[in-house]
This record gives sequence, C-alpha cells and structure tokens, in this order.
Amino acid sequence: MPTPVNIITVRNLVKKFGSFIANDHLTFEVKKGEIFGFLGANGAGKTTAIKILCGLSYPTSGEVSVAGFDIYSRREQVKKNIGYMSQRFSLYDDLTVFENIRFYGGIYGLRKQEINSRAHALMQRLGFEDARNKLIRDIPLGWKQKLAFSVAILHNPKIVFLDEPTGGVDPITRRQFWDMIYEAAHDGITVFVTTHYMDEAEYCDRVSIMVDGKISALDTPENLKLKFDAPSMNEVFIKLARA
Amino acid sequence: MPENSIHVQSLTKRFGETLALDDVSFDVARGELFGFIGPDGAGKTTLFRILTTLLLADKGICNVEGLDVVKDYRKIRRISGYMPGKFSLYQDLTVEENLKFFATIFGTTIRENYSLVKDIYQQIEPFKNRKAGKLSGGMKQKLALSCAMIHKPEVLFLDEPTTGVDAVSRLEFWQMLNRLKESGITILVSTPYMDEAGQCDRVALMQNGRIMTISTPNEVIRNYPLSLFSVKSGDIYQLLSELRLYPGVHSVYAFGQSAHVSFNDRNIEKEILSDFLKKNHHESVSITPIEATIEDCFMELMNTPAKEKTT
Repeated sequence: MPTPVNIITVRNLVKKFGSFIANDHLTFEVKKGEIFGFLGANGAGKTTAIKILCGLSYPTSGEVSVAGFDIYSRREQVKKNIGYMSQRFSLYDDLTVFENIRFYGGIYGLRKQEINSRAHALMQRLGFEDARNKLIRDIPLGWKQKLAFSVAILHNPKIVFLDEPTGGVDPITRRQFWDMIYEAAHDGITVFVTTHYMDEAEYCDRVSIMVDGKISALDTPENLKLKFDAPSMNEVFIKLARA
Repeated sequence: MPENSIHVQSLTKRFGETLALDDVSFDVARGELFGFIGPDGAGKTTLFRILTTLLLADKGICNVEGLDVVKDYRKIRRISGYMPGKFSLYQDLTVEENLKFFATIFGTTIRENYSLVKDIYQQIEPFKNRKAGKLSGGMKQKLALSCAMIHKPEVLFLDEPTTGVDAVSRLEFWQMLNRLKESGITILVSTPYMDEAGQCDRVALMQNGRIMTISTPNEVIRNYPLSLFSVKSGDIYQLLSELRLYPGVHSVYAFGQSAHVSFNDRNIEKEILSDFLKKNHHESVSITPIEATIEDCFMELMNTPAKEKTT
C-alpha cells in the first residue's frame, strides 16, 4: 500500500479572540480519502477551526495547509477545492431543486452543459427526477439533506466539510446519509465531519475530540474505546469532556 | 382535579397540504416525565404550540389540567411553562434581567420562587450580568429553563431542549429534569435523540404527524417483534451490503462499528450466518443476540405502515 498523502496538515494552530484562546496549538493531519470525525463539546472551538480550514478566517499563528494549499497565501485555491454543508445553511428554500444545483454549479465555475449533465445524473441517483421543479421548502427534510450533500460535492472537491449534517433527521435517513458519505469517501473525497450523534463517530476512520480549545484525543474509534476503557464512543466522549 | 394532567384526543392540524398532526391522542399523568421522540417534521412543535395555546387545532380535544386550550387559554398560560425550540429570550437583556422580566410578567418575584430554580439557576448565576445573547449554548438552555419555571408552573413544556447540545450537556440536562420531577411538576419534553427515551417515564414515538406507539421505554423494547443480532467484522460498509443478501433477513442497519440484523424467524442459527459471512471473506466475525434499542424499535415502526400498504 502506498503511504497515504495528507490532505490537511495543521501545525500549532492558534486562534485568539482578544484574550480568549479558541484554538490552542492544534496539531493534526487528515489523510486523503479518510472520513475524519471532528468532535467536541459546545464551545470547544470546533467552528472556529472549521472556519479557518475553509479559508473563511485567518489563524493567529500556526501552519495550515488544505488540499495542498497554504491557508494564508492561497485561500481562493482552498475554497475552490473544498465543499461545505451544514445543517443550518445549505440550500435556498425559495429556489427549486434544479435552480439550487445550477446556482452552486455556477458558483464553482462549472459550464452550463456540465451542470446540466451532473444535475441530471444527481437527480437520477437520488430518485428526485419528479422533484426537479419543486421548491426546496416543499420537499422533506431527509431529501434536503441528501440533496445538500450531493450539491456540496457537485464540483468534485478534494475535501468536503460536513458540519452536523444529520441533526434532526430520522434514523433511517441518517443511515442512508452515511451510505452517501461512505460512497464519496470510496470515490476518493476526503470527508471532514462534525456530529453530536456518538454512534456516527464510530463510522469515522479516525476521530479527534476537542476540549477547551485543545485536541485531547485523536485515534480510530476502536483504539479510543480501548484506551479509555469505554464500550462506546459516547462514553469516551463523556469521560474526556468531563475530565 | 382531573385525573390526568394532559388529555388529548383526535387532535388534527393541517398546514396547506401538509398534515402536521394526524389524529393524535394521548394522556399524560400528573407528575409524569413524558417524552415525544421523533425527527424534524414529526409534529412535535405543532403539538406543543397547540398545548400552550399559541396555535389553534383544526379539530380534536385538548385539555391541560382539565382546562380547554381554546376556552380557558388564559388560565392555561398561567399554569404552564414553555421553553420553545428556538432560543426566545431577550438577547440584549442580561441573565438576571431576563429572569426578572418573566417573574414580573407572571406577577411574582425571583425571591418568591428561587428555591424552584435554584438548582439550575445557580450554575449560571456567576454570569448574571452577562447579556443573554453572549451566553454559550448550554448556558442559554439553563437560563431558558429557569425563565420557564420562575412562575411555578404546574406543567412544563420543553420543545427540543437538547437539540444541538453536546453529549455531556445533554446528560446533565436530563439529570436536572429528573431532579425537577421530584417536585411533582408534569413535564412534557420532545427530542430527536432516540437514546434519550430511556430517561422518560413514558414516551410517544412520532413520525409524520402520527404517534406510532406510546409506552414505557422498557415496554417499547419488549414489544420489538423480531429477533435481533449485533454483527461485527472488519469492514462495516461491506458487511452491511452482504448481510442484506442473506436469506430471510428483515432489516440491516449500521450501529456504530457493528450492524444490527433482524429476522422474522425466531430460530436463526448463528453458525450458518457466521459461515455465510466467512465465505464472503469476513475473517473475524462476531455475532451476538441482543435486545433492541429504542432506535431499532423506531426504525421498525417506521417501516410498518409502508408494508401494510403493499400487502
């Protein structure tokens, strides 16, 4: 097996807001094609770190490279090579399914023909052909999440960031969503995901857990459970966050 | 005094083409901690808004402490505490000002009912001069609960108090509710997290505006109609797709690093299943018969009506 290439490299990342240290010397790597779970308590500093990795905010200090581009000097290249989806914001409610796809395709500079063919393939794969001209606000939440994910990877990004993608989704749709994540990872897209569902943490190849601005654990779910002598990731998390 | 704190019968509510509540009926006993478990769109918020007299139902009976939600809405508002799903306190008032505001509105004072909220409010009291908008998620949640309780309500409605909250804070919140229950208050709480069902006295599992079942969490689990196994091997993704091909399989769902496999047949031979997987290149297979979780039950109930339609 060839040595996996690191697609994200973070060295001593520090982010301060005034005297408050939101990210306190974070150091980690994410390998190409990996499903990387980025966990932490509320207020631990996850969102701050994700914003930096997506090129939306500069670190106070430290080295960060995403998809092979330096976050300070090549920020626009970073943005072109990533996809992003969150529970709070993903699609435009008052645009139709197809209009949303066309909008995102356009933002990422895809040609009209390419957008049309990818939109067609995407709707076929999801079984959404009949919903093409429906407004987003009129389709069920489970559909929205699946569509939002497909749109986030429409431009074949190297990495997709998923910020609590499955919040409030029913348990069956939640699992179908993870099937899509596996598929994307299988196709070589690196997945960087946050979640409050601890069973989902176990679907990740590796998991990091942030507490008070620091990464206090990083390993495979299996190793973390062994190390903390816990039967589930839920208990690993509770042990760490309460310590 | 009526026997039940809450009585709901054949409640229906429609928004345009969407049936938000479809013939919902249930009772909640006084002093009970009653959970509504279901995903977004199940109808939980609509139900809570009708019970708190903020929304009118299309039809059905809905009583809170024997009072009618339409006729007696003023009285119901006095005896109910409501914590909406969306943070609805005044962001530019401080922690203390918010609490004082809610106490005053209900004609009481913080001092008069302090003992009731003390356990929760003490945790945020060090920040009482901070603006509510500047609080962390967990602290907002504690302030909202304090404000919902400062007038000493008889019934508490908590709409998704733990959504978006991390696993540790969720656990603490439920411990708080269980202590609160000892004061005799009736608590109705909704959540999309299936694993929180076990914290309730009874639960209603909801989906698409319908209540699929109402029971104690243990009873829900006992009523799971299938035989269930937890199966583990190296590659979960491959394991799932292969298990779906096994003859007689009813359902296969991922649960962390293992798969839950159900069968209608009670006499499934572990060894035969094990041989099947080994033939498909799964080296170290472990198969354990297990008790269903609430999530297994929920998914099975979700599948049930669809099957009835096709037969």
